Amino acid sequence: MTQVDERFMYVNMGPQHPSTHGVLRLLLKTDGEIVEHATPHIGYLHRGLEKIAERVTFPQFTPFTDRLDYLASMNCNLAYALTVEKLLNIEIPRRAQIIRVIMAELNRISSHLIAFGSFSSDMGAFTPFLYGIREREFINDLFEMVCGNRLTYNYIRIGGVSKDIPDGFIEKTKEFLDYFPAKLKEYNEVLSYNAVFVKRLANVGVITTDQAIEYGITGPNLRASGIKWDLRREEPYLIYNELDFDVPVGKGEMGTIGDSWDRYMMRIYEMGQSARIVGQCLDMLPQGDFTAKVPKVLRVPQGEVYVRAENPRGELGFYLISDGSIKPYRLKIRAPSFANLSIFPLLAKGVMVADIVALIGSLDIILPEIDR
Amino acid sequence: MGVLENSLPPNMLFTTVDKFLNWSKKSSLWYMLFATACCGIELMQAGASRYDLDRFGSVFRATPRQSDLIIVAGTITHKMADRVKKLYDQMPSPKYVIAMGSCANTGGPFFKDSYSVLKGVDQIIPVDVYVPGCPPRPEALIDGIIKLQQKIMEKKNLVKS
Amino acid sequence: MEAKDIHQLLVNRFHDRIKDFQENTFPNAVVVDGSSIVEVCGFLKNEPGMEFTSLISISGVDLKEQSKLMVAYHLGSMQHKHKIVLKVETDRNNPHVPTIEMLWRGANWYEREAYDLYGIIFDGNSDLRRILLPDDWEGYPMRKDYVYPKRYHTWNV
Repeated sequence: MTQVDERFMYVNMGPQHPSTHGVLRLLLKTDGEIVEHATPHIGYLHRGLEKIAERVTFPQFTPFTDRLDYLASMNCNLAYALTVEKLLNIEIPRRAQIIRVIMAELNRISSHLIAFGSFSSDMGAFTPFLYGIREREFINDLFEMVCGNRLTYNYIRIGGVSKDIPDGFIEKTKEFLDYFPAKLKEYNEVLSYNAVFVKRLANVGVITTDQAIEYGITGPNLRASGIKWDLRREEPYLIYNELDFDVPVGKGEMGTIGDSWDRYMMRIYEMGQSARIVGQCLDMLPQGDFTAKVPKVLRVPQGEVYVRAENPRGELGFYLISDGSIKPYRLKIRAPSFANLSIFPLLAKGVMVADIVALIGSLDIILPEIDR
Repeated sequence: MGVLENSLPPNMLFTTVDKFLNWSKKSSLWYMLFATACCGIELMQAGASRYDLDRFGSVFRATPRQSDLIIVAGTITHKMADRVKKLYDQMPSPKYVIAMGSCANTGGPFFKDSYSVLKGVDQIIPVDVYVPGCPPRPEALIDGIIKLQQKIMEKKNLVKS
Repeated sequence: MEAKDIHQLLVNRFHDRIKDFQENTFPNAVVVDGSSIVEVCGFLKNEPGMEFTSLISISGVDLKEQSKLMVAYHLGSMQHKHKIVLKVETDRNNPHVPTIEMLWRGANWYEREAYDLYGIIFDGNSDLRRILLPDDWEGYPMRKDYVYPKRYHTWNV
């Protein structure tokens, strides 16, 4: 901002603000209650991950991908592993592939639970937040069983997974799958169709299909705008082409296609689909190795790939250039939230100040991924 | 139980002024919602139903003006560092700082290779308790809060040290 | 459509402004002359049969040994499900590339990022400021010869 116009009031929101989902700073130019212009300022969590990637070896970078999008560490691990494996050109055992799908989908559920919970508390309902965390703790327990950590797993490695799933994991996961659908129903009863909640979200922050494509929006936000685009279907990786699941698309049930309510609801629908996928995978889990043979000192052949995977927030892509040494020459991370947030100034134009919070929450951004 | 205590009506307790002041401080450690990165999620989960930080008199406040405690949960970058100082300055005394997680303690996994991460929040604000872990489990955070409470109880308010 | 055919079409249309075709990369890459990147992108976006409607990302790359900086544009088509990479090389000491913001408004932030980390100047970008690093940061950290500073403001880096 260079010039200050005295007819407007400038409000600085963040970087410390409970409803910005991290250290996002917004500079709002307001005319009374109406937002004239919003400028996002990012980079308060810029950790230089891309530079770090050039200074560590290929396997050493896996833990850093955990911290890329910490709500969906498994998915980030997976996308990175897929990228390096594409260059290495190795075959992953089927058991490892299925374990990866189970973990990725469980993590998708737990990530959407946080999206659901924090969004509800942004909207002034604190109880659903506690519900979301309650179910998330269940999944955290499952992950703790397989890898010993609750948040940053470093479980999906180059070549497979770090260890086989322990005894009792399948039973406990089945227990979760029996328990979870009833909870989803409860969320809908408590929050999704609540009249106040719907009033605050329907027709707010509509992203049209053209806008969504122009800004490179992906994931649930894109699907809420009515485009059936899911990389698990369009460019199937692992065993997704063998699985039976639906791709929910925004229909404008409460207002317009692509409004905040649609974006919120995509996540609820997707949790149900992910639970379906996990159930199918548990039934088809074969015996076998959990990892392919990968040398200790990993030299990745010279080459250049761009591999993308469907993360809870959209398309996570790694653009990897290798010069044949043990370290990446260049690793560009194409983060979904980065593109999803770039549309924000457009959405925020002309809305009420209170709707800003709804907009950020419905986009479900995560800052470490934006700033990297 | 002494003679004096029995001669007085019930609901009366004897203590020192120090102990009373410290007890009241430690029993209402309101922490600011200040989460920058991964540890913030564990902080949230520590506050939610399973770990329930409220038991220790710690509830979250959205603004530094109402907080006694800042839990620095997550990576602090150079761009953010000035803001942390500003937030800390806005808190009313007495105020305490817990550095949660490796990043806030030392820079954590970003210590060696990153150009933009602050190597330890103690370069910016004074830290009372360091909680290690990447991220620390909620139990570890709770332990950190108990340690802070013990530290508060040892404070001498009336004697110049 | 195969990347090879797309390359052929581009050569037919833009002749010598299209340079190498890199077959060993995934997705296949086409090296384009810097001055015509806007035209090439516009052609790929709007031409029937191509419809590269999605700009997936823009990445800067430091080619230190050739004393060049490179910008890689990843384009994809949701309709035809094909992908291509366009590469533009520019001088390392005076890096200038035209903006493609008028084609995809989402390009703005990617270009700012490449400017922030590599110092590539995108001519015509409406808001070319640092995006991730503080405004008073010196140097472009993703360049291979970047030396980490010792101090920032009043503390050690």
